[in-house]
Formats: sequence, C-alpha cells, structure tokens
Amino acid sequence: MVGVVSYGAHIPYLRLSRDEISKAMGRASIGGEKAVANYDEDSITMAVAAARECVKGINKEEIDALFFASTTPPYREKQCSSLIAAAVDLRADVSVADFANSLRAGTNALRAAIDAVNSGSAKLVLVTAADCRLANPGSELEQLFGDGAAAVLVGNDDVAAEIEASSTYCEEFMDQWRMEDDSFVRTWEARFVRQEGYMRIMQQGISRFMETHGFRVNEFTKAAIYGLDPRAHRDLVQSLGFNLKTQVQDPLFDRVGNTGCAFALMIFVAALENSNPGDRLLLANYGDGCDVFSFRVGEAITKIKGRKAIAYHLGRKKLLPNYAAYQRVRHLVTSEVTPHPKDDMFVPVLWRSRAEILSLHGCRCLNCGEVQFPKQRVCAYCGTKDNFEEVPLSDKRGTIFTYTIDHMTPSVNPPTVRCVVDFEGGGRMVCVMTDCEPEQVAIDTPVEMIFRKLLDVENAGLHSYFWKCTPAI
Amino acid sequence: MESLKDKVAIVGMGCTYFGERWDKGGEDLIVEAAYEAFEDAGIEPKDIQAAWLGTLFSAGSGCGLARPLKLGYIPVTRVENGCGTGMDAFRNACFGVASGMYDLVLALGFEKLKDFGMNILPEWFSGVNPVFRFGHSSAGDFALTAVRYFHKYGIGRETLAKIAVKNHHNGMLAPKAQLHREITIEEALNAPIIAWPLGLYDCCPRTDGAAAAIITRADMAKTFRDDYVLVKGLGVAANPGTNRVRRDYDFVHYDENVSAARQAYQQAGIKDPFKELSLAEVHDCFTITELIVYEDLGLCPRGGAKEYIDAGAFTLEGEMPVNCDGGLKCFGHPQGASGLRMIYESYKQLQGKAGARQLKNPTLGLSHNIGGLPCEGTTATIAIVGR
Repeated sequence: MVGVVSYGAHIPYLRLSRDEISKAMGRASIGGEKAVANYDEDSITMAVAAARECVKGINKEEIDALFFASTTPPYREKQCSSLIAAAVDLRADVSVADFANSLRAGTNALRAAIDAVNSGSAKLVLVTAADCRLANPGSELEQLFGDGAAAVLVGNDDVAAEIEASSTYCEEFMDQWRMEDDSFVRTWEARFVRQEGYMRIMQQGISRFMETHGFRVNEFTKAAIYGLDPRAHRDLVQSLGFNLKTQVQDPLFDRVGNTGCAFALMIFVAALENSNPGDRLLLANYGDGCDVFSFRVGEAITKIKGRKAIAYHLGRKKLLPNYAAYQRVRHLVTSEVTPHPKDDMFVPVLWRSRAEILSLHGCRCLNCGEVQFPKQRVCAYCGTKDNFEEVPLSDKRGTIFTYTIDHMTPSVNPPTVRCVVDFEGGGRMVCVMTDCEPEQVAIDTPVEMIFRKLLDVENAGLHSYFWKCTPAI
Repeated sequence: MESLKDKVAIVGMGCTYFGERWDKGGEDLIVEAAYEAFEDAGIEPKDIQAAWLGTLFSAGSGCGLARPLKLGYIPVTRVENGCGTGMDAFRNACFGVASGMYDLVLALGFEKLKDFGMNILPEWFSGVNPVFRFGHSSAGDFALTAVRYFHKYGIGRETLAKIAVKNHHNGMLAPKAQLHREITIEEALNAPIIAWPLGLYDCCPRTDGAAAAIITRADMAKTFRDDYVLVKGLGVAANPGTNRVRRDYDFVHYDENVSAARQAYQQAGIKDPFKELSLAEVHDCFTITELIVYEDLGLCPRGGAKEYIDAGAFTLEGEMPVNCDGGLKCFGHPQGASGLRMIYESYKQLQGKAGARQLKNPTLGLSHNIGGLPCEGTTATIAIVGR
C-alpha cells in the first residue's frame, strides 16, 4: 500500500494586502492578501522549511530519495535538490532530482515518487515543491501570485493517505511562460487561457479520471484542485458537480495566492490536515496538461496531525506596510546597501565547511562532552585535540543569551537582529534572527533554527545559504 | 623571565591632528607625526636604527614607512594586531631596544580610513568563515555586551551617556582631537540608534591619523632630554576565539583585558591600579567598552562601574581620570595610530605639557586597546609608562 506518510508546508511570514498593490499601481484590488517570501527566502529555503517539518520524527536514514519541484529554482544550472538534501541532512547516498519548468512539476515529482515506491527502487521518497514567481508590476497576475512550499513523504509503511488511483494527461498549451531571460511571467489573453486552457483541460482530465476509475463526484470528501484564479476555480469545481461549500478545499487565494507548482500540493496538505480516517481526497493539478490522484485517508493520519503546515503558517504572519516594502524584500528595487567586500566568500571555503553551513553540524568533545559550533580541531573547553563526534544542531531549540538590533549592518531589510543563541543540550551559536519583530526580541526568547539565504555574492555570482534563528512558538 | 620595567625610555613623540584629513594622504600623516617626534627628540631621521610600522588597513610591508621617510635600508617591520596595532608596534620597538640590538628606534602607527569610501570599516580578515560572521557590524558586536551588561547589572543607557558626555568634555581640551563639541545626557540619549542599545554618541568615529614614538635605552635617555618617560610594563593577551563557542562566556567581561593588565601590572609593580595610576587612556570604541574595561583593569569592582561613574571617579577631576584627551570618542580610531596616540597623552601628561587638561603631578599612565570583536575574541594590549 503506497501513499503519503507525512506532510509539511511553508508559507512565508510576510503578507501583502492586495489593496496596497492597488494603491501603488492604480489598478483595482482583487482583495485579500498574498504571501511574500522574505528578503532571505527563495524556492530552496522554502522547500527546506516544508521538508524539515515533513520529516520531523521520521528516521531520516530511511529516506531513499528527494525530489524538488520549482519553476523558480535559484540556479538555472546547478542542482537544487542536492543542496536541499544537505540542509534537511539526508543520507549521502540519497537519490535526488530536480523537476522544473511546469506548473505541474510538483505533481510530476509526486507521480515519480509513487512510481519509485511502487517499483521497489525506494522505500521512502521526500517530495518538495516551492515557487516564488514574479509577475509584471501592476498586472493582475502580480496580485494573484503568492509564495509558498509543500512537502509530502511517499512510502508504503504507516501510510496516512493511500493512493487509490491516478491519471495524467499532457497537452502543449501556451498559458503562462517565461523566456530564457524573463523575470516576470508572460501570459496570453485571460479568456483564452481560462476557457481553452484551464477549464477545458481540467474538466476533461478530471471527468476522464472519474470515468476510468469508476468514481462518482459525491464519493470525495474533499477536492484539492489547482486554481487559475478564484473565479475560474469556483466555476471549474461547480461545473464538475462538487458542492462548493462542503466538498472543495479552500485554495487560499485570499490569504496566500497562487503559489505556482507548489499550489496544488499546498491545498492538498491543507485537506490532509483537516481529514479523518476513511475520507477520500481528490488532488488535481494543472499545467501543460493535468495530473489527477485519488487518496483514501487511513488511521495513521492521526499520528501526524500536529505538523506545522498550512494552518500553522496561516496564523503566523506579518503584514508588509506597503508596496515599497514588498518591492524591497522581493529585490524589485535596488536598495542602498553599503558596499561591503565579501570577496573572501570563496567556493572552496563554502564547500569545506558544508557540514556546518548547510547541515548545521557542530561537534561534541568526546573527552569533556561539550558541544561546540563551529567545529573545532582543539576543544575550546578541555584542549583535547581531534577527539570529536559531529552533532546536528538544526533541530535543537535555543534561547537568546544576548542580542542587538543593528541598523549599521548592510541589509536590504534593516535592522538586522543578531543574537547569541544557546542550544538546549549544549552549544552556542552567533547568528542573525529572521521573521521576527525586532522590538519584541529579549534575553531568554526561545528560538528555533531556520535555513535561509545570507546574501548574493555579487562578484562570485552565487547564492549563499546559512542558518538563522527565528522566534519559536 | 625578566621585567621590562625601566629598561627603555621614550625620548620623543609626535601626533597628527586626528580627523577627516581629506587633503592629506597616508604618507603625509606619517611625515607629520614622525617629524614632530624627530624634532621632539632632537634627532635626524638618519639616527634611527630600526623601525616598526603599525597599520591595519593602510599599508603593506615596512616599505610603507621607509618610503615616505626615506629611511634608507634599515630594518622596518610592519605590525598588525587588530585595534591594538599601534600599541603592539610600540611594544615590539621596545623589545628591539631592550634586547640590546638597537639603541634608537622609531615606532609609528597610522591609518588613512577616510579614503575607503564607506561608513563602515573595510573587511578585516580574521580567520573566521565569513558565513559565520554574517550580519555583524562593530557596533552590533559590542552592543551584544551592552544588552547583556544591562541585563546582569540593571543599568541603562544613561550610564553609557555619562561616559560619552565625559569624553566629549575632555575632547574640548585636546586641540588635536577630531570632535570638539560638548554634549548633554539628553542629546546622547536622543541620538539615533546605531545598534541597540548603542546610539550615535556611544560610538567613536572613523578617522585619519598618525602618531610616533622615539625609543632608546634607559641609560642613554638623558643624552636626549631630562623629561624622558620610562616604559614600566607591557602586556598583550589574545583571546582564543572561544566567546562564540563556549557557553560559559558571559559577554560582560574580557579575559584578555584581565590577562594583559596582570602582565603589565606585574612588570610595573602595581598592586592597586585605581590608587597608583595617574591616568588611563582606554579603548572606548563604544561607551560600553570603556565601562567594561574599568572593571577588567581593576579600576572598579565587577558590576561597580555605574557607582564609580555616578561619583565622577573617571573625570579629569576624579580620582582616576580616564581618557583625558577625549579618547577614541573624540580622536576617532585609526587603528594603527590609536595606541601610540594614547601613549602620547601619557607622555605629555607626565612631562606637564598637556595644556588645559593637565593633571596634577601624574606619575604613571596606562594605555589600553582591545582589537577585534567580542564574538570572535579580541587581542588586548596595554602599555604603562611613568617618570
């Protein structure tokens, strides 16, 4: 029995009221808020956040593969899933792959994971999907798009939602795309995209799936269906015969927005969060065709209900004050960042320290037992040389020993909150705090660790990632 | 192990005006400080047998000193030890003389910071992976100690403001200082926050400057002048970088200060620094640093700084005047020059030539720097000179 063993999700802490976009750009507001990746977030960091929550309490040694889906991978050439695997701290021989380019990449990856487990080539496959797409400033798509990530763990033991049936359908269709050098999503006339693209393809795909597998619409407890926009989503589910009030999972347009290739999986995770044993869930995704899945929820769902997924992140948010703040955190304007040479951030240095930088490993002295970060050659406490074991610190909670709110440090989003964090179980780390209210930081504030971008190293042309702390709830 | 006490003497010193010397280059500053020192000692540049150049950012090798002064082909060593660079150049020059190798040497420190075009310091390679250092500024790092000190001892920004007000007042009496402006407690408290809880007046400026000392054997000092000044003790201590690693570091003291002070006091035979020292020029890159240094150097008990500050103990009129010339607060902090500028203040005070800020009959002056950042550990340098 193959299916979803666990789930996770990430919605950025920052939200932008669409009225602010309307105010700034002089276009009508479609209402509600969109989730906005912070200045230090991208598709990789959001995928890591969702994946870490998904594997909480799972033996990571047993995960055989990690798939990452995004239409906004931070690198055009260079694998992201290998970087995510290091941050999630998976086995060295984990099988990884990036799925890209299509809004359907998330469910492409899910299908591949189900096939891998079915074939016996892997027992546990971690699927992550994340997107932070940009649309032309002032466009309707800009209001519609939001940022976010989802993760599901696919396996055949302790299955929380068993896969009953699936179908896929591919069709070449130009609805939304980006050329090689485009930063913003292009589209065609909205009516064409809606009628001949989304509505027709999804109606056909879902109807055929029902016919082929002998399902009736009223047999589904909840339908998690990709939405082009709120109206198209409503029209589609009603045309298929779903009861909008009881049978359709809220696609969160008013609070998150269309999160690209992570969207359908995020709605699916929201449906799982609210599901009960015996429920039947439909997952349907759109993009260059469509993917449809049917899941039967089992008893094991009750064991993973505490995950910090959609419901948790919906409740943890901060509204950006205005459109200018949104432009700043999404790097749409050039901030006055004081030039600060970081020429010494060389690739070999990042590589050599990858256990510390990407996996947040410290060391424990085998002579005196003290945990230390970063890794030492000679123990800072007892002076013993080269007698350490490596210890992961990313899942440790900590407390603030001291901090500052620094207006001096160059940042696109000042002030920088810098902290000395003492980990539970030993170890100390100096790091930056993110997703926080600077004025609420205090000594003894409990924190947890989160994987984020540090900065773009201009002269090297690379992204630099590291761990920060964030207030723990 | 022998003591350095009374083995070497300072027979000449020079110090430039400190400030934004837009119209002067590094070489101009070197010439300005060196020739004042030559003149003060009554010597010619050709009399110098060896030299030590202190600079953190502004020159490479010893050629950086030989070139502007045309020192010929004598030994010149560039010294770099963080913010204690100038002090350590002085220390190494003292050792050169104390060893018997040289009779007359020059120690000169300078920095030309205002050419770098940023309002922060250039990146200083510290051996710490830049990823682990990300998000720091000097103000932010020292602010970590202020937050913790406030928490532990229950003091507030007003106490730090009193240090800034004192140093600004003293700076008014120092013609070579960069800042000449009295400030009030209210101004200090209402100034923009740089890195909480440090405001603008808690921070020293970035400055250009140079200072120099001519050092000779104690037994030869009288041939140069009667009012020479003797070196009584020198201390240096490098923190092994454990502050960011060890959980028992409390962020309210610096072991390196304690160690460097112990070394210098031992050599100088000082038992009670508060009573025995006539003045102290200490590292006040930020007001909180000066406050913690009072305690580290034994000028007041742990946690007792506020009481001493409130009593005015560290003012010009107090029992233990600290930063009589306005300190880094008013002179700024050209790292290569600062240590020598501090020794210059003791030298002038001991000779009775400190002008409007002259103390009554001073006998012993201490100079102190810490170089680096609290998170990564600093190098503390101390020099005690006396009559």
